[in-house]
Parts: sequence; structure tokens; C-alpha cells
Amino acid sequence: MNQKYNPALFWFAVLNAVATFLLIGLGGLVTSHEAGMSVPDWPTTYGYNMFLFPVDKWIGGIFYEHSHRLLASVVGLLTTILAVWLWLQDSRKWIHWLGIGAFLLVIAQGILGGLRVRWQLDWLGVPHGAVAQTFLVLTCSIALFTSRWWIHSAAEKQIYVPRGLRSHVLYVTILIFIQLLIAATMRHQHAGLAITDFPLAYGKIWPATTPEAIAHYNATRPAGTFGNPITAFQVNLQLIHRLVAYTIFLGVAAAAGLARKKLGGRDPLTKFAVFWLVLLSLQIVLGAATIWSNKAADVTTLHVMVGASALLTGMLWWLVAQRRTRLAG
Amino acid sequence: MKKSLLLLALGIFAMGRIAGAGDLTGTISLKGTPPAEASFASKMQDDPNCSVLYAGKYPTTRFYVVGANGELADVVVSLQGISGKSTGASAAPVTMDQKGALYVPQMVAIQTGQKLIVKNSDTFIHNVHTTPTANPESNQVQMGGGADLTYTFDKPEMFLKFKCDVHPWMFAWVSVFDHPYFALSGPDGKFTIKNVPPGKYTLAATHRKLGTQTAEIEVKDDGAAQNFTFEVK
Repeated sequence: MNQKYNPALFWFAVLNAVATFLLIGLGGLVTSHEAGMSVPDWPTTYGYNMFLFPVDKWIGGIFYEHSHRLLASVVGLLTTILAVWLWLQDSRKWIHWLGIGAFLLVIAQGILGGLRVRWQLDWLGVPHGAVAQTFLVLTCSIALFTSRWWIHSAAEKQIYVPRGLRSHVLYVTILIFIQLLIAATMRHQHAGLAITDFPLAYGKIWPATTPEAIAHYNATRPAGTFGNPITAFQVNLQLIHRLVAYTIFLGVAAAAGLARKKLGGRDPLTKFAVFWLVLLSLQIVLGAATIWSNKAADVTTLHVMVGASALLTGMLWWLVAQRRTRLAG
Repeated sequence: MKKSLLLLALGIFAMGRIAGAGDLTGTISLKGTPPAEASFASKMQDDPNCSVLYAGKYPTTRFYVVGANGELADVVVSLQGISGKSTGASAAPVTMDQKGALYVPQMVAIQTGQKLIVKNSDTFIHNVHTTPTANPESNQVQMGGGADLTYTFDKPEMFLKFKCDVHPWMFAWVSVFDHPYFALSGPDGKFTIKNVPPGKYTLAATHRKLGTQTAEIEVKDDGAAQNFTFEVK
């Protein structure tokens, strides 16, 4: 490989990845504050050019939605520069196309967000959230591929990572992505909490979802400020979300245990897997706190961001493991 | 002479209307203690406009508007099984205001084709976002003190939600009927459906949280009465 490490390019890719992570957090705040439709027009903002919208009008939900749009524009600009930079400065053909892919994805994501507003389609928020997570993984992967470690690791002796362990981490990461899709579907129901207690659900391990039971939940659950009554689908969806969360936790715990057994406790990938487990533990606490706080916006948004971090950690772990294994021959 | 004859004819027509149609009245009550309403404090205090308006005494949700003796307001009462009898096009418009970052009133009932005028008495921006299930969705800007917005709906729908995403605690529910035989219970729990033609009907009372109760009734020339009691278990 002729590619040389370019610190400026690497740190720019990191900047783009960090901005993307913050954008996901801001997007989380938009949904947590039910502010997705607070600016009814797009790409303008209340008829103004979005970059000239007066600050004194950034009130209530507009603050979150408008900030989200502005930061999205910044990420779009950074991604465009990164794609051009990779094309011109990086000798690896595949990373050129990765940069172009990121550019196309950020454009698609912007249009998806715009159409969600223009067409008033709530469900478009779900693919918007899914593309956001995919884009975060992509930008962070680009940062990894342009890092000193990735480019110069060929010269160092690498330790092989067993295939079973790599596959296990990949499957758990895919499960986390599915979990994020379930979560995005839950968040875009706009009905508040479908189940208001934890660890039980309406006082039971598996609550009834008959029409009579749902009517009773709606009549007696604490009055949230949300407008929509809950449905059996929403109750079942949250139960599935909980079950998948426990499964992921066990999967990540197993990954950390396997990494320690196969690679040793001092291996960076073992430490990274332990970090992953800590993230998952935090995520379960935040999931519980989301319910106990009646879906407080800041707690819920933190839950979204840690979820994105868990996906990212799994993906980066797998990419590093793949790289090490390939170089170890 | 022609004018007198016209007045006489109108008088006879009106008498005929009164003789052939009665008022349907009743009272809605609530048994049991409803769940506590949620305060808007945590959301409103972050908004400078609202924190000034309410100075620490923030409103709450109003899902259960209950009087001292259990009188239940905001229940939609309507005759079932009637359609295609809307007189909405000629009915007086109904007005709903946005005042103090709340919808006033929060519960409205209109006919298909009847105008619903949405005002903004606040000095700040709202977006008026309808999220219907049968009618088309819309999301419109309304600047502080801006021009009124006028809505009509073609299809009947219960609890068509109006919301403001700038102030996410703001909701109103508009029930749309394609006939004029409906009413909302007031703060005293009472309702009146006027000029119901004699006959046998199913009468439904629906509360947003407590669901629907029905009763089989017969309306005679002098009208009919039917009470409903909802219960929170």
C-alpha cells in the first residue's frame, strides 16, 4: 500500500464523525421534544432563508428543529469537503467511493428529513433515524481508515482474532442496529410511554393487550402531555425492545468474556469489548430512567446517543478485528 | 300583503319544525378518582414567552374536566348510524383560539363542511398542525396575532388532533360529524342535542380517555333524556 498517513485528513474525518454524533444527539432532542414539525416549511424556515432566520424567533420546538437543520448543513458541508479530499489525496480507490457514498448518503438524509416535513409523514422519521445511524458508522469508519493505526498497522505484527469471535461481534452489532430500528419506530409513534413501569410492565412480566386492557391502560396511566392514546402494537413493541435489549446485553457480555479468553486481558480489543459492556450497562440504566422519568427529553436523548455509541463500538471493534486478522495472515 | 304571507308561511314552517323535533338532553358523570393531570411546568418554564405569561403557576393537561359533584365535561355525545345529513356548509363557523400557548377550547365538535376558524391571540409564533386519520393532514404557520386560519373537513372523524409543535403541550381535538345531531358536555356535565326528529336511535357518549358508552333511546315530539356515567377503576 502506497498510502501515507495524512494527519490533517484524519483529524478532519474525526471532526466530521464528531459533528455527525452531535447531529444525532440534536435529532434525538428534536424527537424527544416532539418538535419535528415545528418548522412547517423546508428548505426555508418560516419563509426565511434558513441561514438568515432571526434568532429571536428560535423559540420552543423551533430552537431544536432549526438548530438540527443548521448542524445538518454543517455536516453536509464537512462531508462534501471530506469526499473531495479523499478523492484527491488518498491513493486507495475504495476509499474514494466510500467518500462518495458518504456524500450521497448525507444528501439523501437531508432530502429525507425535508420530505418528512413537506409531506407530513411521521413514519419517514424511522428511515431518517436509520440512515442517521448508518451514516454515523460510515463517517467513523472513514476516520478509522484514515488513521495512523490503520495505514501503518501492516508494518507491525498483528494478533489473529478468531473467526467465531468476529462473527459473534458482527451478529450482536447487527442486532443493535435492529434494536435501533425498533427504538426509532417507538419514538415516532408520538404516544409517550406505551408501558409506564419497569422492570415489570403494568405490574406483570407480560401484560395483557386485549382491547379492554388497552382501554384500561389509557384511562389510568399517568397523564402525559402527549396527545395520542397507546395501542396494543405499541405495548408489544416496547416489550420486544426490552427483550432485545436483554439479549444484546448478554451478547456483549459474552463478547467481552470470549475476547478475554481468546485474546487475553491486555489485548486492546478485550479492553474495547469491556468498554462495550460498560456502554450496554449504562444503556439499560438509561432505558429504565427513560421510563421512570416519564420520558424526560434529556434522559431519552442520552439513551439515543448511548445506543448510537453501542452500535458504533461494535462496528469499529469488528473492523479492527478484521484488519488485524487479515494482516496476521 | 306578500310580505305578510311570507312571514306567515315561515311561522308555520318553524312551528312544524318545533312540533316534529325534540331536544335530547342529559348529564354526564364520572365515578372514581381520575389520574392526576400532568403539569406543563417543566416544558413551559424553558420558554421565555410562557414563563412570563404564567409566572410560576403553570397549567396542566385537561383530560378529565370534572366538577365538584362528578360532572364530566368535554364528552362528545352523538347519534349513531346517521350520515349524509350535514348542514355544515350553512352552519355558523366555530372559532378556536390559541391563547397563553393553549388551545381554547381544547375540545370542539363540528360538521363536515362547517368552517373552523383558528385564531392566534398570542404575540408569538404557533404552527397549527392537524394530524387526522380520515382527512388530509396539514401544517401551517401562524405568526403572533397573524391572520386567522380557516379549516373545513370533508370526512367524519372523532378527535381529529390539532397540535402545535413549537409548544408541544398544545393540543385540541375536533370531532367531525356529517350530521348536526351531536353536542359536547359542558362544565356542569350537561349536553343538549337540538331538534332531533322523533324516532329510535343509538346515542353514543365518548370521552377521549374513558372510551365510548352507548344507549338505545327513543326521541318523541317533546324530546328525550339520557344520562351517562363513566367510571375510573
